[in-house]
Amino acid sequence: MPTHAYPRFAYDGPVAPGRYEVAVVGGGLVGLTVALDLARRGARVLLLDEDQTVSQGSRAICFAKRSLEIYDRLGLGARILAKGVMWNRGTVFFQHRAVYSFDLLPEEGHCFPAFVNLQQYYAEEWLTEACRATGLVELRWRHRVSGVQNGAEGVVLTVDTPDGAVRIEADWLLACDGARSLIGEALGLPFSGQVFRDRFLIVDVVMERDMPAERRFWFNPPFHPGGSVLLHRQPDNIWRIDFQLGPDADPEAEKAPGRVRARVAAMLGKDARFEIEWVSAYTFRCRRLAKFRHERIFFLGDAAHQVSPFGARGGNGGVQDADNLGWKLHAVLTGSAGEALLDSYDAERIPASDENIEASTRSTEFITPKGEAARAYRDAVLELSEAYPFARALVNSGRLSRPAILTESPLNTPDDAAWAAPSPAPGSVAIDAPVRIDGRDDWLLRHLGGNGFGLLLFGGAGDFRDAELARLPVRPVLVSNTRSDGALWDYSGVAAARYDARPRTAILLRPDQHVAARWRCLDPEAVATARRRALALEACSE
Amino acid sequence: MIHTEARLTDPDGLFEALIASHRDLTPEASRRLDARIILLLANQIGDVSVVREVIAAAARVGAPA
Repeated sequence: MPTHAYPRFAYDGPVAPGRYEVAVVGGGLVGLTVALDLARRGARVLLLDEDQTVSQGSRAICFAKRSLEIYDRLGLGARILAKGVMWNRGTVFFQHRAVYSFDLLPEEGHCFPAFVNLQQYYAEEWLTEACRATGLVELRWRHRVSGVQNGAEGVVLTVDTPDGAVRIEADWLLACDGARSLIGEALGLPFSGQVFRDRFLIVDVVMERDMPAERRFWFNPPFHPGGSVLLHRQPDNIWRIDFQLGPDADPEAEKAPGRVRARVAAMLGKDARFEIEWVSAYTFRCRRLAKFRHERIFFLGDAAHQVSPFGARGGNGGVQDADNLGWKLHAVLTGSAGEALLDSYDAERIPASDENIEASTRSTEFITPKGEAARAYRDAVLELSEAYPFARALVNSGRLSRPAILTESPLNTPDDAAWAAPSPAPGSVAIDAPVRIDGRDDWLLRHLGGNGFGLLLFGGAGDFRDAELARLPVRPVLVSNTRSDGALWDYSGVAAARYDARPRTAILLRPDQHVAARWRCLDPEAVATARRRALALEACSE
Repeated sequence: MIHTEARLTDPDGLFEALIASHRDLTPEASRRLDARIILLLANQIGDVSVVREVIAAAARVGAPA
C-alpha cells in the first residue's frame, strides 16, 4: 500500500485555441524544469500533460550535485536539501563481503553534496507549485497531444481534452514526453543505440533501519545468487532495492507480492519488518535520436535519449538539457540572440548524451556480463579489488552522473593562456566555493547564472578601474581576497584556487553557469567578443 | 611498438609457473585466474594504448576458432 498521497491537479477546462509562444509537452521532471526555468527568466509557457498528477512511484531518486545546483538557481535547492537524503559514499560488495568504498565528493567547500535522494514525486510536486507561483506557466492537465505538424514558422498541435479536441499553434515546442514520446512518434523519428534484454525489479520498502546513507551495490550476493542488487535510502524511511533478474524472468510473476516479500526478506533477514511501497519491473535501452532540434521542436530528457539507470544519468541528464535550452530559447524570444544559438543545443547536448550513453552502456556490460569471458573478467576485477587498489578503478557498478563538459561547443572562446588543471575550462560548469557577503556565509554559485551573462572578476579594490568596469557588456561579480564592499569575500582562498585565479583574472559565465571564456587579465573588448560568440552572434575569428 | 623480441629472464621458469598456477583448477576458476594475471600485468604496464597493442598482437596470430 503506497504511503504517499498523490496530488490530483484540477482539469480547468480545455486550453484556448490560438497561438502560444512556448508549449511544453509532458509535465514530468524535465518538462516542469524547463517550464520553470523559462518562466523565471520571464517567458510565458503553456504546459500540457495527459495525466493530472505526479510520477507514480519514486522513480528517478538520485539527484546529482549539478541538478541540485540547477534547482538552487530555480529556487528549490533548500527545499530539496531539507527533505532529501544526502550521500557522498558508495560501498561495493562481492559475494558475502564489502570489498571497498568510495567518496564521490572528497573535498569540502561545496554547497551541495554529490547526491541527494528524493522521490521524483516530491520534485515534480514542488516544481508544479513553483511553476504556478511564477504566474507565467499555464498548466493544462488531461491534455493529450494527438497530432503535430512541424514547420519553419511554428508548430500546429491537436490536443485531446475531456471536452474534445483543440487546435493550437506554438512558436516553439519542447517535447518532454518521455521515452515513448508521441511527438517523436508523430514525426517518425527513430532511435539508434542498444536495447538490453536483462530484466530488473525495483522494490521500494518502508522500514525503520539504522544504516548510513550510502549507495550499496552487491555483485552476486548470497541472498541473490548470480545477480546484482542496488540499495538506496530515500526520505520517509523508504528504501529502494533494485534486483537484477536476468533476461528470462517473467516480470508479472516477479511482481507478485509473495515473491517480492521473499526476495526482500532473503536480503534483509527473516525477522526484518518492512512494508512494500512500490514495485516495478523494467528493462532499458541506451539510445538517442539523431538530432534533438527539429526546426521548431526540441526534444529533452527521455524523449531525446535513454540510458540504463546505473549512474543516475537519466533524470540528471534531462535536467541538464532543460538548463541548457532555457536560457538559449529565452535569448531568442527576447531578441538578444538569433536562431543560430538554438542549434548549439544539439552541438552541446548530443555529445553530453553520448557520454551518458557510453557510460551507462559500459556499466551495464559490467553488471550484466554477456558470455563466459566477460563474466570471468568481471569476477576477476571484483576478486582483485579488495586487496589491490588499482582494480577498484575497473569496478563499474555505475559511473555516477557528472556535469557534461561542453569541450567542443562552438559557443566557447578557447583559452589564450595556460591554466592549471582542474580549474574549469571553457565549456565546463562553474565550480562552487564558499564566500562571505555582508558578513554572512554564502556560496559562489548563488551569484552566477540567471538572466544574462556574468563576469567573475578576481582581485581586490584597485585592481579594476571604474572606467573599464563601466564598459563591460555583462554583470561583474567581484571576488576579493579581502573584505570589501560590493565584493564576494573569498575568505578561505578556495575560490581563487579552484579557478586558478590571480588578480585581474576574468571568467565569463553563461546564464546556465557554464564557463564561456576566461582571461588572465581583464580586457572589456575581449569580453564583448566572447559574449557575442557565446550567443552565436559571431563566428570564431582565429 | 611493443616488444616481440626475446626479453624474458627465465622463459622455462615462466612457463612452468603459469602451468603450475592452474593445477587442480576448474575451467571457470582457471579462466578467472588468467584474467586476474592479465589485469595485474596490464596495470604493471599502465599505458592502456600499449595493452591494446598487446591485445591486437595476440589476436593476430591465433588459430581460427
